[in-house]
Amino acid sequence: MYLGYAAGVGKTYQMLEDAQELRRRGIDVVVGYFEPHGRQETIARIEGLEAIPRKIIEYRGTRLEEMDTGAILRRRPAVAVVDEFAHTNVPGSERAKRWEDVRILLDAGIDVLTTMNVQHLESLNDQVRDVTGVRVRETVPDWVVDEADEVRLIDLTPRALRHRLERGVVYSSDKARQAMEHFFTESNLAALRELALRYAAHEVEGKLESSVENGEAGSASRERILICVTGNPFSASLIRRGKRVADYLRADCMALHVLPEGGWTSLPAGVREAVERHIHFARNLRIEMHTVAGGEVARAIAAFARTHQITQIFLGRSAPRRWFRLGRGTVVQRVVRLSSNTQITIVAQRRR
Amino acid sequence: MTGQTKRRPSPEELLRRLQAEERRERRGRLKVFLGYASRVGKSQRMLHEGLRRKQRGQDVVVAAIQAVVPPDVAEILQKLEVIPTVRWMHDARPYEVIDLPAVFRRHPGVCLIDGLAYDNPPGSRNPKRWQDVNELLDRGISVITAVNLQHIEEQQPAVERITGKRATQCIPQAFLVEADEIEVVDAPPEELHPAPGEPDPRRLGELRELALLLAADVVDRQLLEYLRSHQLTPQWGTQERILVCLTPHSDPEMLRAGRRNARRFHGALLAAHVEQTNLSPADQKLLAAQLAAARDAGAELHTFRPGDFVTAVLQLAREQRVTQIFIGHTLRRRRWFARGPVDRLIDAAENFDVRVFPHRGQP
Repeated sequence: MYLGYAAGVGKTYQMLEDAQELRRRGIDVVVGYFEPHGRQETIARIEGLEAIPRKIIEYRGTRLEEMDTGAILRRRPAVAVVDEFAHTNVPGSERAKRWEDVRILLDAGIDVLTTMNVQHLESLNDQVRDVTGVRVRETVPDWVVDEADEVRLIDLTPRALRHRLERGVVYSSDKARQAMEHFFTESNLAALRELALRYAAHEVEGKLESSVENGEAGSASRERILICVTGNPFSASLIRRGKRVADYLRADCMALHVLPEGGWTSLPAGVREAVERHIHFARNLRIEMHTVAGGEVARAIAAFARTHQITQIFLGRSAPRRWFRLGRGTVVQRVVRLSSNTQITIVAQRRR
Repeated sequence: MTGQTKRRPSPEELLRRLQAEERRERRGRLKVFLGYASRVGKSQRMLHEGLRRKQRGQDVVVAAIQAVVPPDVAEILQKLEVIPTVRWMHDARPYEVIDLPAVFRRHPGVCLIDGLAYDNPPGSRNPKRWQDVNELLDRGISVITAVNLQHIEEQQPAVERITGKRATQCIPQAFLVEADEIEVVDAPPEELHPAPGEPDPRRLGELRELALLLAADVVDRQLLEYLRSHQLTPQWGTQERILVCLTPHSDPEMLRAGRRNARRFHGALLAAHVEQTNLSPADQKLLAAQLAAARDAGAELHTFRPGDFVTAVLQLAREQRVTQIFIGHTLRRRRWFARGPVDRLIDAAENFDVRVFPHRGQP
């Protein structure tokens, strides 16, 4: 995986250079998908490489092109070049995400070279929004990227990147100007770059540690993190945050939703849908999901934490107390009081 | 990073700042390619950049490059003007020295210099090559250069722990940190095929991690400077920064967890306490022990401004770009209508993760 922090840092360029090098060494390389973006220097790098024609998909009257995974499987190269790992396929495609297509190729024994920007990582989604003000919609779960055998950081200084933009190498000139005033500001780029460098360092460390397994962190001292999921829209950020901390601490991670007495059926339809969406999201990030029914929320959380030897509970902020509940305190306050042997983290809810 | 001082700068200080700014404007720009080992491709990247700039009309010369280069590097080198280094013998040891007088006479716009950490022979104008580079910069010549992690003085103890070796030649880290631009040349260790006697892929991986983190710290510093000089508020979240709120009776686990978390995230650890004049001698002793432990844990120590505790915590957290606040849950017995500081902090600290630690021992 060629990892960058913005469009135009040279990920695809470097990937194609390496593909050419493989071809020179006699390895059977094909281009499965390549996004030229009209960048001449990059386009020149594809010369001499065999490209698998894209698949045409009709969607609402427009013809759109996607990678033809079936054709690559039939062609069976040793290595396939697949640009833009985080891409979302056109509705109606066999798989929703390009990274799922990549996994099919890998399962078939085909090596893959691919590209991605750090802001597409699920775990960094909130930080990216905090520093840039942009909520990235196309995300890739971290475990998918962790599966990459090699991650290579493509670094470029923001100054050099902005020069590229000014010269029209990355986008057409009016799009470039717009980009430089918004997402590609010097401070945004520097912040994204820092995130990319730190993430790459974390990836390298993870690879080193998995190669020595059962190192310092024995299972006895292992932390166990519990994330309390609700129907509140903030739950997605809460899940990401808890999972990120769990990943860095190499802790076990599970999530809990407390259902009302009557179970699923007693939830209003809208709330039920939101909870189901959050549960689905947590499962996609490979978090073990639990539900318990009945009783008061704070009590249920505390009881679950006790029986599952949880060392740290992640909660969202409670809604302000209503006057008739003043005496009881919020869920957060009650969890803090009831789980007095557990660390409790109340996750930030930043607004911009 | 230390807290911002709120005082107004003195006239002398303003003058000094202006002069520094002027000097910076006249000075050439320094760009450094940082690698974690040889053969990651630094020289190639440096020469490529030189060539691209030449093609765009800049006046580029090469002032130092190794005598023996791989064929792909030799190919680029042919397209560039080279001012050869001078070979000096000292104590039967050969030194390649930048021909500074020749470079000054030629006065190019941009100078490419490989092997930034090289020593000059005793008796030279400058003992070190990086000092030569400094002179070029002072004369308004921009420099593009390359250096390996093991040649950065402050990184050498860590590198030595990994490889068991210490490079003899080095540059101060400050020189790197103050560069206008630094760029990492990264490659997976598996692709480097180490020769016998060189670090194995595992050790190379550890060096790689160090280089990436060093670059991240440099980028963080530059970002902060940029934001401050443009009067922008520093952003949150590029790095985890943990603030531990200490009292005489804090559970030691809080500091241990802070240290563990900061280390795992390669983040920063801060510890702060309220300055209190009415502490009993016993509590004073306990607090002193807490602070000593925090210092041992590598925490940056702060004190909260006098006044309301919650306001003070939030102010410090904001100033220091804190992402997580650790606090002990000490006040368990309260009247039903009164809210303790922990509850108030949780309510008010919308922008921060607040981690509440159980209080072991007395209720």
